[in-house]
Amino acid sequence: MKLTKTLMATTALSMTSVTAFADGHMASEMTIVSWGGAYSASQQAAYHDPYAEMTGVTIINDESSAEAVAKLRAMNEAGNVTWDVVDVVASDAIRLCDEGLALEIDADEQLAPGDDGSTASEDFGDLLVSDCFIPQIVYSTTAGYRTDLVGDTPPTSICAMFDLEAYPGMRSLERRPINNMEWALLCDGVAKEDVYDVLETDEGQAQAFAKLDTIKDNVVWWSAGADTPQLLADGEVVMGTTYNGRLFALIEEQKQPVAMLWDAQVFDLDGWIIPAGLSPEREARALDYVRFATDTQRLADQAKYISYGPARASSAPLVGQHATLGIDMAQHMPTDPENAKNTFLYNYEWWADYRDDLDAKFQAWLAQ
Amino acid sequence: MSPCNTGDNIMTDATGPMMAADGRPLKASLNRALRRQKLRALALIAPLLVFIMFTFIIPIGQMLFRSVENQIVSDVLPTTVAALENWDAETGQAPDEDVFYALTQDLMVAVEKKQHTRLGSRLNYEMTGISSLFRKSGRSVDDIGEVYADQFIDLDPRWGEAEFWADLMGAEGLTPDMPFEMHPDVFTTFARAAPAYAAFAATIASEDGDDPREEEPWNSVYLALYEDLKEAPKFTNAPKGIEIMSEFAPQVVDFETIDLAAEFADIDEDWVDPAVWQTIQTYAPEFTNGYFLNSIDRQKTPDGAEWRPEDEQIYLKLFWRTMLMSLAITGSCILLGYPVAWLLANLPMRTANVLMILVLLPFWTSLLVRTSAWKVLLQQQGVINDLLVWIGIVADDNRLALINNATGTVIAMTHILLPFMILPLYSVMKTIPPAYLRAAKSLGATNWTAFWRVYFPQSVPGIGAGSILVFILAIGYYITPEIVGGTKGVFISNRIAYHISSSLNWGLAAALGTILLALVLVFYWLYDRIVGIDNVKLGG
Repeated sequence: MKLTKTLMATTALSMTSVTAFADGHMASEMTIVSWGGAYSASQQAAYHDPYAEMTGVTIINDESSAEAVAKLRAMNEAGNVTWDVVDVVASDAIRLCDEGLALEIDADEQLAPGDDGSTASEDFGDLLVSDCFIPQIVYSTTAGYRTDLVGDTPPTSICAMFDLEAYPGMRSLERRPINNMEWALLCDGVAKEDVYDVLETDEGQAQAFAKLDTIKDNVVWWSAGADTPQLLADGEVVMGTTYNGRLFALIEEQKQPVAMLWDAQVFDLDGWIIPAGLSPEREARALDYVRFATDTQRLADQAKYISYGPARASSAPLVGQHATLGIDMAQHMPTDPENAKNTFLYNYEWWADYRDDLDAKFQAWLAQ
Repeated sequence: MSPCNTGDNIMTDATGPMMAADGRPLKASLNRALRRQKLRALALIAPLLVFIMFTFIIPIGQMLFRSVENQIVSDVLPTTVAALENWDAETGQAPDEDVFYALTQDLMVAVEKKQHTRLGSRLNYEMTGISSLFRKSGRSVDDIGEVYADQFIDLDPRWGEAEFWADLMGAEGLTPDMPFEMHPDVFTTFARAAPAYAAFAATIASEDGDDPREEEPWNSVYLALYEDLKEAPKFTNAPKGIEIMSEFAPQVVDFETIDLAAEFADIDEDWVDPAVWQTIQTYAPEFTNGYFLNSIDRQKTPDGAEWRPEDEQIYLKLFWRTMLMSLAITGSCILLGYPVAWLLANLPMRTANVLMILVLLPFWTSLLVRTSAWKVLLQQQGVINDLLVWIGIVADDNRLALINNATGTVIAMTHILLPFMILPLYSVMKTIPPAYLRAAKSLGATNWTAFWRVYFPQSVPGIGAGSILVFILAIGYYITPEIVGGTKGVFISNRIAYHISSSLNWGLAAALGTILLALVLVFYWLYDRIVGIDNVKLGG
């Protein structure tokens, strides 16, 4: 089996060779991986700059979060992990943890306690969805609609998505089963708490697909978060789903005639993981950074730049105004009581099991 | 036999071998000179060869390998897989205690090494739910056997001491500064406890750098010890540890026992579901054709390959679509490229150069920019639809769907791949002397006959070269279909990308990639048979 290992290592090496030259880090330099765009900019201002100023560390930004799981796996097989801290969504963090690619974190010991005196694990609460995951923000996948294209009665419920009579025209939905299946069932009369039980059965899946069938011809399926804002801005679709921060930018920064439909928004989490297998000095640096970047004040600071809710309960009261627009950010947070009247909680464990199966069925359904 | 060889033979027969000037046989001398030349040529291409070897051939070989490789099951659950060999799925019953015993021991090691969730993800590709089954079991498996640990310690507190265990199991003459080693004889005495303890010792040493002489064993080791002592009378001749065995064997008969299958069922009902065990058994071998079966919409079952349920079949359809659409793209490239190449080859130099820049300019523009530009043009509120509505060809409420479907993919990819058709065509047409056409016409051919009978046949090698370039590029295209393909215009490569970067099912991605590679080779072979690869001209 030695040959096997060598072969695997070689390919993994050739996959990561692009970043391989970054080897030989001292702990005075660290590579942080994130999503790019406005999101990375908000992290730069809220975390990287103050941390670099405080410690003199050089921070290298890498915008590879979208393919972080695959790349980390390849790096790990090659035995050459070049990333120190990686920003991923919670479901990816769970998979990285499962694969043994991320470091397990003891929240109370390795993360800062809350400003209000709570321990880290109390402060983050249920959001610590995996042993390896350090939550950062709460975002939501929610719908937006064109105020000028929906007539006199703007939609108030996610079920408007499935109502072609009241709201004719195209919609945009994400090209994957997650969220869409849940919404379809909710709008087909399934109670919120029963959704995953129903979706577990063949009949439940058929029911969700049947509901989606009713709008299938009127859907543009997106795969990048920027698609829906573009489609809304161009009037290609009447309504569509995307991440709430994208809609905020479209409405408040670009002043498009679009409004948010917070109903049945699906909360999701984004946060940090530290790759497994770092040298001790790099690991120590990464842990130090993460402790700083996820303390109460820093998480509240990020909300000045982007409309994602801080993951700590203790940060919520500290959320202030947008850094350049000067508008009050609290009311644009997905977690704001006014917006969170009807929310849906995404079940990570459930999707970790059913993702492969349902995705195969979803893609087959799309191709029909 | 060539005439030359025949001549050689005759000469040899008549006068012996022909000699070179230095007295050696001419043949050997020639061979020597040629060998030196060949070596020099080889040295010249050696860097390229090594480069291709490492960046192309080895990775492809490795990809082929991944599509059948399946060592994770037997690596993580070695004894379980062995114990499971005797189990027959047909009975519809969960396996016996031996299998659950093996599972306890394997899982304990796997949890410490953090391998159980990886195995769970691997098997979850085959059966939904196994991922959380392993994750959940990993959290509770260390409790199994606790009942025995407690009873042994109640019986004699020494059982709770790391030192006592290490003395019992360890080799003779171990000093504290030497790494721990098992005594070879204990494997005979304690047929189960010794391997369990050895696994415990090796795992804590490699994972946490701990010494077994300082750590109390896992509960699973006590479970193994109980199993041994229960059957102790069998081993009356055993060497080391015999006194311990004879001391404790009579006492364990009163122990409170546990049913391992029930313990696992307590963690998760799925452990007594034969389907789970069937999946583990089916995927136990180190190599599997399961990924290949999955990539042609079939699945591996104990009774052989079966079709997947209809609502999960997608790959054959995607392969077929990829082929058809690549052919359509190649066809439209020929239709659009041919006249342009003709103009390029026949216009005066100055005009032709300007035209050439127009052809090349998009070639130099970023792929993403060009694809996104098509979005702006083709969407329903886009430029083309606006124009058509303004002219009055289509109604405002019935705009054409030109993007997010197969049409969008064909349009955008034809545009992107057009230069690959135009350039080979141009270079071939440039070499066709214009005098041939004039000669044909002077002999009375009409314009069409002259073109079709004289010009076109000479330009076929260009079409051949362009087609093969465009087709092979199109078949593996990924970005453009992803952006403009919607649901009906995506290719097989989009699924491969999904399995590489999103579902992490690299085995399936590798199998799909291998099939795609094989298809390209088949097309190449067909092409060679029909058109002939000698007829392809990439340049003048």
